[in-house]
Amino acid sequence: MADLKKLYDSVVSGDAKTTQAITRQALAEGVDPLKLVNEHMVPAMDEVGRRFEANEYFVPELLISARAMKAALELIRPLLTARGDKPVGRVAIGTVKGDLHDIGKNLVASLLEGGGFEVIDLGVNVSPEKFIETVNAKQANIIAMSALLTTTMPSMKTTIDALKQAGVREKVKVLIGGAPITQKYAEEIGADGYSENAVGAVALAKKAVASA
Amino acid sequence: MHPLIQDLISRGPVITDGACGTELQARGLGMGEFPDTWNLAHPERVGEVAQAYVAAGSQIILTNTFGSNRIRLGEQAAADRLAEINTRGVEIALKAAAGRACVFGSIGPTGKLLLNGDITEDELRAAFAEQARALAQAQAQAIVLETMSDLEEAKLAVSAARETGLPVIASMVFDSGKDKDRTMMGNTPEQVARALTEAGADVIGANCGQGIAGFVAICQRLRAATDRPVWIKPNAGLPSMVDGRAKYTTTPDEFASHLPALLKAGANFIGGCCGTRPDFIAAIRRSLRGN
Repeated sequence: MADLKKLYDSVVSGDAKTTQAITRQALAEGVDPLKLVNEHMVPAMDEVGRRFEANEYFVPELLISARAMKAALELIRPLLTARGDKPVGRVAIGTVKGDLHDIGKNLVASLLEGGGFEVIDLGVNVSPEKFIETVNAKQANIIAMSALLTTTMPSMKTTIDALKQAGVREKVKVLIGGAPITQKYAEEIGADGYSENAVGAVALAKKAVASA
Repeated sequence: MHPLIQDLISRGPVITDGACGTELQARGLGMGEFPDTWNLAHPERVGEVAQAYVAAGSQIILTNTFGSNRIRLGEQAAADRLAEINTRGVEIALKAAAGRACVFGSIGPTGKLLLNGDITEDELRAAFAEQARALAQAQAQAIVLETMSDLEEAKLAVSAARETGLPVIASMVFDSGKDKDRTMMGNTPEQVARALTEAGADVIGANCGQGIAGFVAICQRLRAATDRPVWIKPNAGLPSMVDGRAKYTTTPDEFASHLPALLKAGANFIGGCCGTRPDFIAAIRRSLRGN
């Protein structure tokens, strides 16, 4: 029998090889894929988040845990898709127009994937038009925007305004983050949420899809 | 200790400069526009900023070359102008300094994460070596590796910059963790100071990230963990957005009021990062003269 407690531990410690091996074994033994995710891996990622908040984990640990989770999801996702289960949500993510700094964005993307979201990574310097196109063509229900610079953060407002203009603002939740961003700024420009770190971003995205 | 660094700190605290990008914006640099290419497009305006810092009392000014490594210039489709942008950056600063201030060559991070597989160690080392060489050939007097958030990248940068034979200043951002005393990757000031000392940095520092009050404890901890001089360049607090522009709320006098505590904590080089302006440097100079 696959040791599911070890699955939890291997995600928390970021051991991708073990995570994938146990997942493979469990699936072969007929364990429900959704059960693996919801009862073992998501709680493990929650623990990773707790350790981050408690200053026990930092970015490197987050990244390797997200990578372990992703390794298991590569086996699980096709099974879920085949039986018609939808991902938690579909996120179009990118740094805003004019901003080329993607470390934070990449980290959030990895953690969102680890949290069971389908992530469409649009890369850096993403125009409002590109975000709109992704909402329309790929049915993304969350837009996640990142900006590192005070000089590029106004592109967030431009993008939200463009979403309204295009008539798709109501179809998506808009989440923002980045060094100069504050909750106050998120409210000012009419975003649906702000998180000051990548762990908070996953919780925020879950909350956003739950309220949609 | 490198003779230039020895000479500078032997006469007491050394005043460096303040922010460059925000000053260029005041002179027309567009939102999100890449500042370094202004070395070619508007050298006179870049020179004006440098002159303003020299006039305010900066003993060291940094070149407008923070993003002029191969990786970042490549994103701007300007990698083929790397030598030219770095060379002009040094020339503009040397002219503005006119012998009254030292000119140190600024090198920022690549913006790529080693850990995420965005880039390899060899690519990082080559990028830093190339930019440091260009700055050294143009007669920069030292290399400043600043705003580093990954200790592994900073160590590679130090070893690459040392190949120029110039003194190397390595400065990191402490903005993570609940006490804002860790780098993005979770390293403490002690770990940073030890690792960068071992890598061969001549001066070790902290810049950007947070307001000046938070730097006192970080400075103290760097000081305790290394025998190298300490370089400190805090932000003018955290910005708030007013009419689509970043506004920093710390005043020059508030900024300078933390100077005695920083000096007591062992800072040898003092200046400012984001949001600081020539009047911040002037306030530091007044405060030092009063001591």
